Amino acid sequence: MTVLYSILILTVIGLVSAVLLYVLLQKFKVEEDPRIDQVQEVLPGANCGGCGSAGCRNFAERCVKATSLEGLSCPVGGAETMKKVGAILGMEAAESTPMVAVVKCQTVCNDRPTSNKYDGSMNCRISQTLYSGESTCPYSCLGFGDCVEACQFGAISINYETGSVVVDADKCTGCASCVKACPKHIIELRKKWPKNRQIYVKCTNEDKGAIARKDCPNACIGCGKCAKVCQFEAITITNNLAHIDTMKCRLCRKCVSECPTGAIVVENFPPLKTKEDEK
Amino acid sequence: MKTFRLGGIHPKENKITASVPFKYVPIPSEVIIPLDQHIGAPAVPCVAVGDKVKAGQTIGNPGGFVSAAVHSSVSGTVKKIENVRDAWGVLHNCVIITVEGDDWMENIDKSDTLITECKLEAKEILDKITASGIVGLGGACFPTQVKLMPPKDAKIDTLIVNAVECEPYLTHNHRLMLEKGNEVIVGVKIILKALGINKAIIGVENNKKDAIEHLKSLLPKYNTDGVQISVEALKMKYPQGGEKQLIHALTGRVVRSGAIPAATGVVVQNVATVFAVYEAVQKNKPIMEIALTVSGKKVANPGNFILRIGTPLADAVAMAGGIPDGTGKLICGGPMMGRSMISVNTPANKRTSAVVMLDEKESVRGKETNCMRCGKCVEACPMGLEPYLLSKMSKLKMYDEAEAHAIFDCIECGCCAFSCPSNRPLLDYVRLGKAQVMAIMKNRNNK
Repeated sequence: MTVLYSILILTVIGLVSAVLLYVLLQKFKVEEDPRIDQVQEVLPGANCGGCGSAGCRNFAERCVKATSLEGLSCPVGGAETMKKVGAILGMEAAESTPMVAVVKCQTVCNDRPTSNKYDGSMNCRISQTLYSGESTCPYSCLGFGDCVEACQFGAISINYETGSVVVDADKCTGCASCVKACPKHIIELRKKWPKNRQIYVKCTNEDKGAIARKDCPNACIGCGKCAKVCQFEAITITNNLAHIDTMKCRLCRKCVSECPTGAIVVENFPPLKTKEDEK
Repeated sequence: MKTFRLGGIHPKENKITASVPFKYVPIPSEVIIPLDQHIGAPAVPCVAVGDKVKAGQTIGNPGGFVSAAVHSSVSGTVKKIENVRDAWGVLHNCVIITVEGDDWMENIDKSDTLITECKLEAKEILDKITASGIVGLGGACFPTQVKLMPPKDAKIDTLIVNAVECEPYLTHNHRLMLEKGNEVIVGVKIILKALGINKAIIGVENNKKDAIEHLKSLLPKYNTDGVQISVEALKMKYPQGGEKQLIHALTGRVVRSGAIPAATGVVVQNVATVFAVYEAVQKNKPIMEIALTVSGKKVANPGNFILRIGTPLADAVAMAGGIPDGTGKLICGGPMMGRSMISVNTPANKRTSAVVMLDEKESVRGKETNCMRCGKCVEACPMGLEPYLLSKMSKLKMYDEAEAHAIFDCIECGCCAFSCPSNRPLLDYVRLGKAQVMAIMKNRNNK
C-alpha cells in the first residue's frame, strides 16, 4: 500500500509541475527570431570578438537586426561565411578584404643594445610599465608573448633562437585579438595577398633618425626615400616613421631596395631578378 | 603606542642619512620641467620658446579642476617645449629652460625669517595654494587645493599630518621636521585655518625620537586661540604612511572600501606639503625646490639634498659620491614603493623623493616557485585583501571576480610580494589587474 501511495503522490506532483511549467512557459515565452540560431550555426564559433561583437551569438543578433550587411564581417570565416549569412537573411554580403596580422618590429634581440635587465614577471604589460622593456628602443617588441596567449588560432609563436615573433599567415584569421593584446601597439592588420606575400615597414620607432638608429640598426629613420619612389602614393611619413598603406600598395617592391636601414621587409617573394641574371 | 590593525611588515630601516643635514645642489645649466608632475590633467604651457622667465614664474596653468600649476624653478630662456622620456620610458611634455643667473620673481620672500602670523581668509589661502601649484609631496602628487575642498556633506574635524616616513632609507621628512620645525607648525596652522577646524595631529613613527621631541618642545608656543596641535609617536610598521592606515592608527576610524578619507572627517597632508603650503602662503614661493634623500649601503656620502625642480638627479647623486661599483638597481623613491630607473640623467620633479642605490645582491629577485597557500600575503596585506587570489585572477583575466574581491582597494604597498616565501610577483599582477579593472569601471561609469 505504502508503495502505491508514494507512486501516486509523486505522479500527482509530477503532473501538477508539468502543467505549471507549461503554463509559465507559454506566459513568459521570449519571442526570438529563429534566424539568429540559423546564423549562429554557420558562424565559426570562435567567439574571438574580431568582428567587434561580444561573441558569435551577439554578432548573429546584430546581423539579423541590421538592414544591410554593410560593415558586418566575420574575420575568421571570411567572405564564404558572410555569403552563407547573407543567404539566410536574404541580403547581399558586403565585400570584405581578408586581413592578416604582421608584427612591426625586427626584434633581433642580439643586435640591439640593452639599457637594463628586467627580472620581473614574464608578461609584456608588466614589463612595459618599467622603462618600456629591456632594449634601448622604447617602441620595440618585449617578447614575453602576450600576443601568443591572446591568439586563439595558434597563429603566433615566438622563435626563441632569434627572439622574434612569427605570425603563421595561413592560420591567422585577422581577428585582431593580438593587436589589442600588444601593449606596444606594434601588431598591425594588413591585406592578405596571395601566397602570403607582404611588404611593410617592420618598425614603429617614432624617434628622430639619429636616435632611432642608435636604438636599433634596422629602425626606420623617416628619411622619406621610400615615399619618393612609390608610384601609388601608398607611403606616408608621420612622426619620423614611414607607413605603407596596405590598400594602396601594389607590391612593386621599389621601396624595398631604397630603404637604407632595411626597415622595409618583403615576405614570401621569389628573389628579385638582377640585371646580371637577365643577361 | 598606536599603530594600524591589519597586516603590515617590518622591513629593515636603513635610515643611514638621518643625521645628515640638507645640502643645496647647485643650479644646473639647463632644467627640464615636466608639465604633468601631478595626478589629473597636465598643465597647459603659458610660455613660448624664446621667452625669458624668472624663477617662480608660472609656466603652466592648471589644465582642469584636478590639476596643478607648474612654475619655473630657475631664471633663463625657454629653449624648447617638447616630449622628453622620463626614467621609466614614458613621454612627458616638458619645458626646457636654459639657465641665466638666478633672478627671482619680485614678490617672493627669499629670506629665512619665520613669519608666524597669517591674516588671510580661508578662500585667499586656497587661492594661494592653487596658484603655487602645490601637490601632495608624499608621492601621489594629488593637487592639494582639491583635498582642502572636501565635499560639502563631509564634516571634517581633524587634520592629520603625515610625517611617518615608513619607507626604508628615506630621511628627508625627518630632516625637514628637525630643520624647519617652526615652519611646519605654522603650515599646519594655515591649513587648519583653510579648513576651518582647530585640531591637528602630527603622526611620526617612533624611530624619529629627536624630531618628536623637537616638535613637542615647539608646540606650546603655537597652541593658542583654541588650536590643538599634537604630536603622536607611532609604533613602527610599514605601510603606516598609507593614508588609510595612518587614519586608522591615529583616530581608530576606518575608511570604507571605495570611500575617500574625507568621509571619515579627516584630511591627511604630508609634512613636506605642509612646509610647501607655509612657503606658498607666507613667502609667496611656489614649489620650485624639492627635498630628496640619496642613499644606499655603499654610497660614499649619502645625504639629504634640496634641488631645483628639473635638475638632473645625476647632480645630486654626484654630490653623494656617485654610483658605487656593484650597484644593481637605482630606485627612484623608497625601496618599497619606488620604481627602479634606467639612468640618473633624468630631471627631478615633484614626485621624486629619493634615489636609493641597491647593490647587486640586494636587488635581484628570488626565483619564483609555486604558491604553497601559506597565507603570508593575506596576513601582510594592510587592506585585508587576498593577494594570492587577486594576482591569479588578474593573470587569468578574471576581471569581474577581481572587482568583486575589491582589487581596486589595493594601495600597491608591496607587503604581499615582500612577505611571499615563494618570491611570487604578486604585486606586479595585482597592479596590472587593478589598472584593467579601473579602466573597466571607468568605461562603465561613462556609459
